[in-house]
Amino acid sequence: MIKEFRLPDLGEGLTESEILSWKVAVGDTVTLNQVIAEVETAKAVVELPSPFAGTVAALHEQAGSVVEVGKPIVSFEVDDVAAPPPNGTAPSAATAGVAGSDARTSSEPVGTGSPVGAPAKREPNLVGYGAVVEKSGRPARRPRAIGGGIAEGGPAPAAGQPAPVPAPTAPTAAPNEPTAEQERPRSTPPVRKLARDLGIDLELIKGTGPAGLITRSDVQDFAAGSQVQVSAPEVAPASGPAVGVSAERETRTPIKGVRKFTAAAMVQSAFTAPHVTEFLTIDVTPTMELLARLKASREFAGYKLTPLTIAAKAVLIALRRNPTLNSRWDEGAQEIVQFNYVNLGIAAATPRGLTVPNIKDADKMTLLELSTALSELTDTARSGKTSPSDLSGGTISITNIGVFGIDAGTPILNPGEAAIVALGSVRKAPWVHNDELAVRQVMSLSLSFDHRLVDGEQGSRFLADLGAILSDPATVITMV
Amino acid sequence: MRSTVLTDEAGQDANKAPNPGISAENPRRTGGNLVQLISPKGERISHPEFDLWVSDVTDEQLCSLYEDMTVIRRIDAEATALQRQGELALWPPLLGQEASQIGSGRALRDDDFVFPSYRDNGVAYCRGVEPTDMVRAWRGNASFGWDPYRYNIATQQIMIGSQTLHATGYAMGIQDDGADSVAVAFFGDGATSEGDVNEAMVFAASFQAPVVFICQNNHWAISEPVRIQSHIQIADRASGFGIPSMRVDGNDVLAVLAVTRIALDRARKGGGPTFIEAVTYRMGPHTTADDPTRYRDANELEDWAAKDPIARLKALLRTKGLLTDEVEAKTKAKADEVAGNLRAGVINMPDPAPLDLFNHVYSTPNSWIERQKDHYSRYLESFSGSTQEGAL
Repeated sequence: MIKEFRLPDLGEGLTESEILSWKVAVGDTVTLNQVIAEVETAKAVVELPSPFAGTVAALHEQAGSVVEVGKPIVSFEVDDVAAPPPNGTAPSAATAGVAGSDARTSSEPVGTGSPVGAPAKREPNLVGYGAVVEKSGRPARRPRAIGGGIAEGGPAPAAGQPAPVPAPTAPTAAPNEPTAEQERPRSTPPVRKLARDLGIDLELIKGTGPAGLITRSDVQDFAAGSQVQVSAPEVAPASGPAVGVSAERETRTPIKGVRKFTAAAMVQSAFTAPHVTEFLTIDVTPTMELLARLKASREFAGYKLTPLTIAAKAVLIALRRNPTLNSRWDEGAQEIVQFNYVNLGIAAATPRGLTVPNIKDADKMTLLELSTALSELTDTARSGKTSPSDLSGGTISITNIGVFGIDAGTPILNPGEAAIVALGSVRKAPWVHNDELAVRQVMSLSLSFDHRLVDGEQGSRFLADLGAILSDPATVITMV
Repeated sequence: MRSTVLTDEAGQDANKAPNPGISAENPRRTGGNLVQLISPKGERISHPEFDLWVSDVTDEQLCSLYEDMTVIRRIDAEATALQRQGELALWPPLLGQEASQIGSGRALRDDDFVFPSYRDNGVAYCRGVEPTDMVRAWRGNASFGWDPYRYNIATQQIMIGSQTLHATGYAMGIQDDGADSVAVAFFGDGATSEGDVNEAMVFAASFQAPVVFICQNNHWAISEPVRIQSHIQIADRASGFGIPSMRVDGNDVLAVLAVTRIALDRARKGGGPTFIEAVTYRMGPHTTADDPTRYRDANELEDWAAKDPIARLKALLRTKGLLTDEVEAKTKAKADEVAGNLRAGVINMPDPAPLDLFNHVYSTPNSWIERQKDHYSRYLESFSGSTQEGAL
């Protein structure tokens, strides 16, 4: 027997949720309350436990889709004999007296094809699913007798529909129905006022709202429609040929998930921490040569070494001499938190948007460990599997805008951190080298820091140290 | 009493100063003052004063405390799953607070009267309330699930803290009756910031009413941490009203039992109200509609997981050699059975009839309600015999 599971209202009054991932596939055997999916609502990311024990027969919605509450999302093949109720396989559960529970979860579509003429039968309506969807609009209420002259119980033909009167025709009473008085088209007081202000007779408008309700946009559309007739020659050519009918001129995407979070974080950061940004352009040829040597060395064989790896190490070394940049402004406690460890954040572009996972205790790592941690971090981020703990607790961040071919920028601080370094792209450029013009590999560094915590002196020293290391890695000897 | 108590195993944040104004050196905020008889590792810590109050607890009773805590956790988990499956509209999980609720609930006498909040299902369980009745209102099937006078536990309040007024009033009634029963109010840390709770404590102290205020400090009032709500320990708020207070490790079922018995005994003997702060932790969301990862650190949850109330009792039972396979199997079977019955009860719960809405508005016949009921029934009647297509 196939059982459908409809998306419940997982919060209070939600109308839709996004399926983030499925934890099961078609054909999988599931137990009662086994987690089958991860779902994001406007309020929370929650795990959905299976309401049945059985086999997954179909997944009706893809991961990533936004589903309306009440829509079937998964079907299960459930053993008829053993499990009339979903709890049939609850470990040693006492299942006496639980038969006949099918009404709530049956695959019979709720609210469609409701039995005509049998309104007394109560429709199953899952708690939290909201009212049963009514296909034909309003509740099936009997027409009220008007004027006392209408016979009770007479056939009630399709009288009441707010007659879809074609536009300019006069609102004649519905033909052949002299007895039943036409009900006035429904609308709300503000919409009625709008119509009156615009001089529009509501009876000319076909409502598109629930139960034929005339909405504000119906009135506006109607008004616009009238105008088109008046000034058609001007309007039509302007928009008509320029863009094909099929092409959408604007795309509206709901603000949600990571985008929403990122936006809030950036706004918070930009408007609480006074940012200062400094730039330094340096000759990184020695670093690139070092990189080439390391890559060729046996120790680093098979490891992924990039300019980012060296730059990350350089940041960590420069931080040791300038620890102020590795701190946090704790507004609540009115304290400055100086971190004696470095959780190095790396901004990563992921399918779900920008995330800044961090490498815990990066300052304790050797170059080899750091390169491993960096590859793991980027791989995890790209596959969208970064865990919340990897995203929290960062103390300073690097954003590698160079991979996009960009030289410099004014990065915004990851909230709660005092500094962020943007690495520009390494490109060949004319450069004064040993008092002569030479073609060198040049890179720009951009450093933003929180001026509440970090003064220009400390920020500048840090950036100068970072530049010194990258333009001559040997200077590290003088620093550590 | 406050000065005699023992170690503080409450999380570091419990006693952390929120800002320099209320300094970290303030002795009232830093450490101590936590009655504890079972350590988080499950060692029995002996203390002559409090041991006295639990010296009658047999090995068998210790096992049954373990069973109750395990069962209520299972009920809670099942109800949470039922919400996720669309069977309940909402559910407020109590995960992590089992010892606070079972330890205090089991200390009560049948004729004591409990005034609980929405989260105190563990107390309701101790009073004998059927799990299915606990979820009736959360399914939207009834205004409330049980008859308060059958179990001597009132309807669970959704309004924060108002039940403390009911408890104080009930306790004043007990005084008038000359009885020796006690009214017991359950509420959370957030409720202590509400006017109702403060008024209830004023009246309780003024009348020396036999009421026990049990505050489960679970550290979070939805997303508001307790350290912002109160710059002193919650238990110390009571002293402002002249109510003696105790601060107990709310994840230690034995210590909660002991302090609740002390408070009840004082109330029965005419000693007036007592305030208990059970320091515990809400390990789940505020309700199923809440996402605590948005406002609290995962590390904090980890810290508290190490102080889990059931795990520590389990460890103690194991040390004492009481946790036999038989006990484990029996406990598991009981939890499975109760959870299965809950699920079956929920899924087979009949929907209420529309006219049930008018029941229980008044306890006696009321002409105005009758009139409304008549109008509504005639309104409903007007739907019969019509079809959707023929509707106006």
